[in-house]
Amino acid sequence: MAKRLPKKDVVIIGLGWTGSIMANELTDEGLEVMAIERGPWRDSPTDFSPTYMQDELRYRIRHELFARPEQMTFTFRNKMDQTALPIRSWGAFMPPNGVGGGGVHWNGEMWRFLPSDFVLKTHLTQRYGTSFLPEDMTIQDWGITYDELEPFYDRFEYTCGTSGTAGNLRGQIMEGGNPFEGPRSRPYPTPAQPQPFSHTLFAKAARELGYKPFPQPSGNLSTAYTNPLGMKMGPCTYCGFCEWFGCANYSKASPQTTILPHLIRKDNFSARANSEVLRIEVDKTGKRATGVVFVDASGEEWEQPADLVILSAFSIFNVQLLLHSKIGKPYDPVANVGTVGRNYSHQTVSSVNGFFDPKKYNFNPFIGSGSIGMCVDEFNGDNFDHGPHGFVGGGYIGQVQTGARPIESTLVPPGTPSWGAEWKQTVKHYYLSTVKPGTGVHGGFYSYRDIYLDLDPTYKDRFGRSLMRITMDLKPNEIKQNKFLTDKFAEIIKTMGAEKIAPAYRTAPYDITTYQTTHINGGAVMGTDPNTSVVNRYLQSWDVSNLFVLGASAFPQNPGYNPTLTVGALAYWAADAIRTKYLQSPGRLVDG
Amino acid sequence: MHRRAVLAGAAYLIFRGSRAHATTILDHLPWTPNAGNPPDPVTLGPWVYFTSDEGRTIEALADQIIPPDPETPGGKDAGCAVYLDRQLAGPYGRQEGLYVRPPFMKGMKNQGHQSEKGPAQEYREFLAAFDKASKLQFGGKPFFELQTEDQHRFLKDIEGEKVKLDGVDGKAFFAQIVKDMQMGFFADPLYGGNRDMVAWKMIGFPGARYNYLDWVGRHNEKFPLPPVGLTGRAEWNTRAQR
Amino acid sequence: MARFPHRIAALAVLSCSTSVWAGASDPQEFTQIERGRYLSILSDCTSCHTVPDSGQPFAGGRAIETPFGNIVAPNITPDPETGIAAWSDEQFDAAVRHGVGRDGSKLYPAMPYNTYTKMSRDDVLAIRAYLNTVTPVRNAVIVNTLPFPFNIRASLGVWNTLYFKDGEYQPNPAQSTEWNRGAFLVDGPAHCGACHTPKTALGGDKADRYLQGTYLQGWSAPDITGDARLGLGHWSNEDVVAYLKSGHNRVTAATGPMGEVVALSTAKMTDRDLVAIATYLKSLPGRSQSPSVLPADDPAMVAGAAIYRDQCSACHGLEGRGVNELFPSISDSSMVRSDDPTTSIRLVLRGARSVQTRSQETGPGMPSYGKQLNDAEVAAVLTYVRNSWGSAATSVTPMEVSKVRSDTALRPD
Repeated sequence: MAKRLPKKDVVIIGLGWTGSIMANELTDEGLEVMAIERGPWRDSPTDFSPTYMQDELRYRIRHELFARPEQMTFTFRNKMDQTALPIRSWGAFMPPNGVGGGGVHWNGEMWRFLPSDFVLKTHLTQRYGTSFLPEDMTIQDWGITYDELEPFYDRFEYTCGTSGTAGNLRGQIMEGGNPFEGPRSRPYPTPAQPQPFSHTLFAKAARELGYKPFPQPSGNLSTAYTNPLGMKMGPCTYCGFCEWFGCANYSKASPQTTILPHLIRKDNFSARANSEVLRIEVDKTGKRATGVVFVDASGEEWEQPADLVILSAFSIFNVQLLLHSKIGKPYDPVANVGTVGRNYSHQTVSSVNGFFDPKKYNFNPFIGSGSIGMCVDEFNGDNFDHGPHGFVGGGYIGQVQTGARPIESTLVPPGTPSWGAEWKQTVKHYYLSTVKPGTGVHGGFYSYRDIYLDLDPTYKDRFGRSLMRITMDLKPNEIKQNKFLTDKFAEIIKTMGAEKIAPAYRTAPYDITTYQTTHINGGAVMGTDPNTSVVNRYLQSWDVSNLFVLGASAFPQNPGYNPTLTVGALAYWAADAIRTKYLQSPGRLVDG
Repeated sequence: MHRRAVLAGAAYLIFRGSRAHATTILDHLPWTPNAGNPPDPVTLGPWVYFTSDEGRTIEALADQIIPPDPETPGGKDAGCAVYLDRQLAGPYGRQEGLYVRPPFMKGMKNQGHQSEKGPAQEYREFLAAFDKASKLQFGGKPFFELQTEDQHRFLKDIEGEKVKLDGVDGKAFFAQIVKDMQMGFFADPLYGGNRDMVAWKMIGFPGARYNYLDWVGRHNEKFPLPPVGLTGRAEWNTRAQR
Repeated sequence: MARFPHRIAALAVLSCSTSVWAGASDPQEFTQIERGRYLSILSDCTSCHTVPDSGQPFAGGRAIETPFGNIVAPNITPDPETGIAAWSDEQFDAAVRHGVGRDGSKLYPAMPYNTYTKMSRDDVLAIRAYLNTVTPVRNAVIVNTLPFPFNIRASLGVWNTLYFKDGEYQPNPAQSTEWNRGAFLVDGPAHCGACHTPKTALGGDKADRYLQGTYLQGWSAPDITGDARLGLGHWSNEDVVAYLKSGHNRVTAATGPMGEVVALSTAKMTDRDLVAIATYLKSLPGRSQSPSVLPADDPAMVAGAAIYRDQCSACHGLEGRGVNELFPSISDSSMVRSDDPTTSIRLVLRGARSVQTRSQETGPGMPSYGKQLNDAEVAAVLTYVRNSWGSAATSVTPMEVSKVRSDTALRPD
């Protein structure tokens, strides 16, 4: 029997980026806010110390900062007629855990989506016609436009101190930036990062091929910065231990460096770490949340009543909690009814490695940061005519080499033995002159009728709840998109002067065993129609009006960009709706 | 005292507790002296996980996968077998943190590892089957007693599935050993492999550094500083200067 | 049962004082209480008389470390039995400004009556008026905890003869109003010398070394005179004000005991008072002589340079300049050059968290190096930073590091 705690105005499930943003906004409104986080408290000088952070084995290979499958995992299959099996150890993606969430160990890549991304269905149908789209593709418009979200993109960029070069300043295309980006109201808060050698070579080659390369917008700061909350950050020192790792010197944007020290001093904010929410409780009508039930590290159950529930547990965990709490109608792909679990997506990534003559090129590849990069956006979204190509969508391509930690970065060209004397010599030969972009091709992943989430019939978690089941595969559209982009990328690497290149295309079947990205999205999508979305355009649940669901779970499909900037912007957007509309008059903000 | 020990005592850490009798009430960022969770370097000594024969087999495998040459030691002298021994004896070997609930069903390759057995157990089984196959092929001789050329050829046969191992997928497991040996070779020396940072010296990786601000803009120049590990380097020692 | 006498006692206090409003200060009057509250902030009463995080201000019970043992600060809330409600104004004033306890026994100068004496009687009565408004707490504190022979209070008569100059602050007509205000604050209620002035064997101030820094409680409090090398000589008034107000400035950050002083006292002072303090401190003459800088090829310097580049430069930068108001500037820090390197050693070994204040909430922390670096390595890197980028100071020995390591091993802060 859960012990009941004193009521709070707001309970926030998960203290990562969106939880921290929302907690800060709502405490500013004077509300009593309690945040509940499954994982531990994490803090720069203790947990991300430069005395031991630079440990590839511990943090990249054994991924110590991430959730443990024993704590929470999923089952996986490609197709509906297969049996899903548990993801016993992480592969394709790695869910975060702990205060700060993925914001602790992300790369820091901060991309805005294109204006056309938000009205994708309308845009593509208008340009290419309905029959150009695959029959089972279930893309939809978001219910919000780029222009509406722009001030909140700006807000999150300035919270983080994003380093970049504006490409479109209030409609004027600016030299050196991304000419395809949507208009921004003001420049980036800090200038773009200086680029290492191989990145400048990439830019040069890209220009030779007629593209317009620009520095990747980065949450690894180029200079010291003080954000609007007064939080101080330092300049990135290019240590090369960025993604997968916490930042030891306050130079990567994270909840820890941008919000939490300010938030924690407020009297009306409290947080519990090492506590897992089991479910959101709703009243008898099923239309109103009354709070959450969580279990602490001792196994004791507690009830935290609240007037407003914010579900910000990370995209896939959001969907799982909705299913366990029986909020909303679970998606049935056969009957094509229901919404929770529908329109799940990942990212279509691949890369091309380049091997250069070490007598001519020394890249010092170990000098890098998570988000350093020179990119081109000519092939993203609908930035080019897809008519001749027979697919939709795209992605950015770029030399984004975040470092050269040796376990992962001792590559050999195809055809080299993977062990033995020749392997050893070749590794030694090429290490300093290898271009290894990581996810040099970062393509979108659109949504499909039979790519979805639901509850597994067999496997259970440590609380006896069903694991969530992922049904996902790579579709012809994404495979074509990826081949096209990878070939374009390979061309640039060749033009750079590589003596050997090794393209690695993304092919079917979708493989859960090797890492791709942790940009998993959808399942609780936003939209204008309650029949095809779980939350409305303010991320408010259609079914339970005092529940808001934040995170990439809201993406109806995934464009060819990293999600976090949009995730944060949407959190600010939802917080604004709560502060200016919902609190004045609690209830449905949109008629559905 | 490590911070983790402090937290383990409290069931949860409360910031600004909502209960009158909450365990900890703070309105500032927490800190304790000597906080943090640095790793403990491996201590050299007898095998912790492997039997003596298993250890010798792994050492022989290490020297095949990463052969010694005049400039750089091989896998054995670099400590790769020690690395693996300590890893298998620890949480990695026990597959700690993984989801090991039943039922265990065989799935497609892209659905990942579905066995109840962790790496430690699988290594033991592999080494037994490997030893058996070696003795069968080479007149009762274990792998570590073979000539180098015979060892090399035997491994190529396993890799090419010309030699099958009893009850174990030899090709797949050999690929795993290659990965593990190379991981030990390139990991921080405190884990037992990459002794004296020989692997890092071989490739020119400067190690566990944190500030390259003065080098970002220096393009196509050789970085001059020697590698440093999490436990330091020789130059940190004043006696080394004399 | 216990409640009624308490109420009657409180009423008695009230009725005694309301009759003397005309001409003298009324302890119930708003401006009097506010003045007293501010003076209690200047005097930082709360830091000794409050157990941290107890939620019971001024209720006493906190152990104060002295070279002679621990002394426990008494309960100064207006509780009739365990606090000071029953004390008369004369008794309160005698304690605060003259070091005489209620029963006539002498107070240990851990209670800085030798500096509080600079305040006026009106000041002290204002403090009393403020203390009368705080929540009474029943907390019987045992104050006599010093070991023999220090528990014999009579010996304090000798101490007082040597070190106690009774009397209010006398302004120096040759100096500005601002300077005099600063002198009053520093020499009086803020009692900076209690920590920053070296002490004799008897625990009195070494008057000729006033505010030149000293060892205490496992830290070394730095020189805060205007000395260019070891003190505030290169700090502008703005730097001093920023440090005291927010705990951070372009050079360094407050941590440990000074972090507490900032959070509880100086951060709450008015800007004018902080400027006055800055003016006064910077006017005090320096006296340090710079030792010659250690040559760069000294073995400790070479080893220290390697350690610095590999580790410390991550935050403190490749040239020791740090990042403004985030990571202290080692190259500019006079504290780093202190004759007594205890604080530097301690920070490296144990790490530190800088103070969070309203204007500086980031509270950046320094990680702990005690496990990664041995005594010789800590000594080498500190020797290096003390003799680089324009600084010069004596080298640090492994023995000194070892001593701090064992001294601080059991300390919780």
